[in-house]
Amino acid sequence: MAVADATPVRPRVSAFRQLARSTSVLIGGFIVAVMVTIAALAPWLGTRDPAEVNPSVRNKLPGYEATIRDDEGKKVPVSYRLGTDSLGRDIYSRVVYGARVSLIVGLTVSLISISIGLLIGLVAGYIRWLDGIIMRFMDGLMAIPAILLAIGLVSVFRAGIFAVVLAIVVPEVPRVVRLVRSIVLSIREEPYVESAITVGTPTPLLIFRHVLPNTVAPLIVQGTFICAAAILIEAILSFLGIGIPPEIPTWGNIMAEGRTLFRVFPHNILYPGLFLAVTVLGVNMLGDGLRDVLDPKMERRG
Amino acid sequence: MQDASDAASDLGPILELDGLTVALPKGGDRRNAIDSVSFGVGRGEIVCVVGESGSGKSVTAQAVMGLLPKGQLALTGGSIKLEGREIANISQPELRKLRGQRMSMIFQEPMTALNPVERVGEQIGEVLEIHTPLSAAERRQKVLDIMAAVHLPDPASMIDAFPHQLSGGQRQRVMIAAALVLDPVLLIADEPTTALDVTTQAQILKLIAEMQARRGTGVLFITHDFGVVAEIAHRVVVMQHGRVVEIGSRDEIITRPREPYTQMLIRSVPSLHPPDRKPNASTVALSTDKLCKTYASGGFLAGKRRVVKAAADVTIDVRRGETVGIVGESGSGKTTVARCIARLIQPTSGTIRIGDIDVATLPERRLRPHRKHVQIVFQDPYRSLNPRRTVGASIIEGPVNFGLSTDDAMRRAKDLMQLVGLQPDALDRFPHQFSGGQRQRIAIARALAMEPKLLIADEAVSALDVSVQAQVLALLDDVRVRFDLAVLFITHDLRVAAQICDRIAVMQNGVVVEAGPTMEIFASPKHPYTHALFAAAPGRGVRFGEGLKAVS
Repeated sequence: MAVADATPVRPRVSAFRQLARSTSVLIGGFIVAVMVTIAALAPWLGTRDPAEVNPSVRNKLPGYEATIRDDEGKKVPVSYRLGTDSLGRDIYSRVVYGARVSLIVGLTVSLISISIGLLIGLVAGYIRWLDGIIMRFMDGLMAIPAILLAIGLVSVFRAGIFAVVLAIVVPEVPRVVRLVRSIVLSIREEPYVESAITVGTPTPLLIFRHVLPNTVAPLIVQGTFICAAAILIEAILSFLGIGIPPEIPTWGNIMAEGRTLFRVFPHNILYPGLFLAVTVLGVNMLGDGLRDVLDPKMERRG
Repeated sequence: MQDASDAASDLGPILELDGLTVALPKGGDRRNAIDSVSFGVGRGEIVCVVGESGSGKSVTAQAVMGLLPKGQLALTGGSIKLEGREIANISQPELRKLRGQRMSMIFQEPMTALNPVERVGEQIGEVLEIHTPLSAAERRQKVLDIMAAVHLPDPASMIDAFPHQLSGGQRQRVMIAAALVLDPVLLIADEPTTALDVTTQAQILKLIAEMQARRGTGVLFITHDFGVVAEIAHRVVVMQHGRVVEIGSRDEIITRPREPYTQMLIRSVPSLHPPDRKPNASTVALSTDKLCKTYASGGFLAGKRRVVKAAADVTIDVRRGETVGIVGESGSGKTTVARCIARLIQPTSGTIRIGDIDVATLPERRLRPHRKHVQIVFQDPYRSLNPRRTVGASIIEGPVNFGLSTDDAMRRAKDLMQLVGLQPDALDRFPHQFSGGQRQRIAIARALAMEPKLLIADEAVSALDVSVQAQVLALLDDVRVRFDLAVLFITHDLRVAAQICDRIAVMQNGVVVEAGPTMEIFASPKHPYTHALFAAAPGRGVRFGEGLKAVS
């Protein structure tokens, strides 16, 4: 019998290079990178204390120049690039610092819900008799609106990041569970998984080695979408006054405060709204691009 | 059959390919998908284009129909003449007029080729609606006529059925009806029976031959199966790597091919006549007794409970050094039996003895030490290895599970790679760097690494090309002798079963209808189903490579 040489088939184009070729990954990634930089460098971007109240400069339009006394009583010129709100706080500083809250909420929500969802999804997909029980419970969780849950949580705990994150995580987890479960159910039928069973690979190792790697790409994609949704929901909750307490600047809080004088001073809502929209757009574009590259089912057919 | 091709030569060819060349996109494994392909199809003639995967036979069919995937393959040279008219570079609207009217195509997968949400009558009538001015009532009548002509039972009610209500064979008949309703001069059939069971395949082949003879249609029949070629072809075109290797009449190609490649292919076709084998008297490695697997659906909240018997009272013995085949069509339960024995599924009742232990009812934790005794090689070589892990990691996974050190396991894996005919230093490569046949060798090496008593080959050669199939079968036979292995060979292919199995069991609807030494069963089948199965085997009664000198 002829000894067949392993044919060198054309190497797979690395995922990284494919990512670099996708325009939506590039644009989305760029926007997200800019937002992260803004959030990280907030104190050094010419901002003032975002909580500083100054009654003398209430409701000023963008570009307002003023001379105010600092803590030591010296007069310093200040430029309010994006104007001030009804308490005389600098909108620019508040918006920049608000990016921190939004990104932290988005990131923690997606990390927590992916971790919990992955764990429950693997269990549901692998332990058949638990599947029905877990999934009905998940259906129940999905029926709880995040906003109602947030109202409940705020009345039990105090308003704050913890309550907001929890309120968003709870309805997101079942979506991750469903995704992971469906991947597990299809992968466990693969002949290579069955081969691993027949060579006696213990179940935890089997899941870790053969099933888990298949969930990574879809979970990265799902994670970005959860992140975008979480940023939006946080803004909504803060806007409604059931999210982050008003002394912490978040985009939702800024808009909530600007709401009453919206007709006269639209900048109070315009700028945080713009940042919110651009951030969510960026994260979503990143997620879309990642899905095109990482999820072969969505691959364009030529 | 000879008359038909004579008649064809009088009227001139309806399809003429001359120097047809289709380029592959850059970075492919060769420049052209097909290169200077020239042959013709006469009126009322069936021309089989035969070749292994990657030979360009399907691309040839797509080129003729103008269905080359856009942006990937492009016609770069040559001419296609349909009834004397050049159609290689005509516009899409003109091509559309020809499709369905003058030439039409049937595909391999009758389920995906039919629209699942449209009634079959509407799908057959669609071509009439596009190409003829007939009224709805006239169209319906025509559809009913053609459905009767392709022997669909009860056309009057079936015309309003949806595809999922039909069997695979009936769907393929619907496809043929849709293809023939406008009486095209050319019918292109791309592996139309490959997805069908052998008895259904025989009926469809008969139908195509009948329709072609009655209507004088020229048929371009793409296949990889020499049995089918022997059954239906007038003339045969053999292709390899995108080039035509040999063209000849059916008898020339099948009994005395000239080209070495064709000779090699013909020699690789397993004969339906089993060799005489000595009865095996060594110890029993596997014995099942009254093995049952039933599936229940419905039940609680879901209406009436339905019970399906996937396998019923299956009793099989396999001795060391012996190959026992389970033969049957899809749904016969042969794979269920294999999966029960490998304990990938839990049998409902019965016993499975491996050596002295009954593994049928052991819970997973107590079963694990016994798993090494039974190993399985699956059908699909592209899915049976984890694409993310190196071949070496896949092979040593089992031995390491059982306490062997990684170094020792690697050493054993190297030996096994050599044994299955692969380079030992290829262990650190990934599965996608190997061809299908090579991956199947790796799967065999992985199974052997466990030093099993029983090797289950579940359609292990069914997805392979005939020449590769012959090599893998030889390898399986080799390791059986070398390790005194018991082999349980699951297949739907009677030719393969005849060549490799000492004994066979024929299954139908979950029941073993007949079992015995291969020689006896092939010589004098007793059960009517076995009879029918053998009668349907394509190319029965044809001796492949008869005119060739025996190879030493």
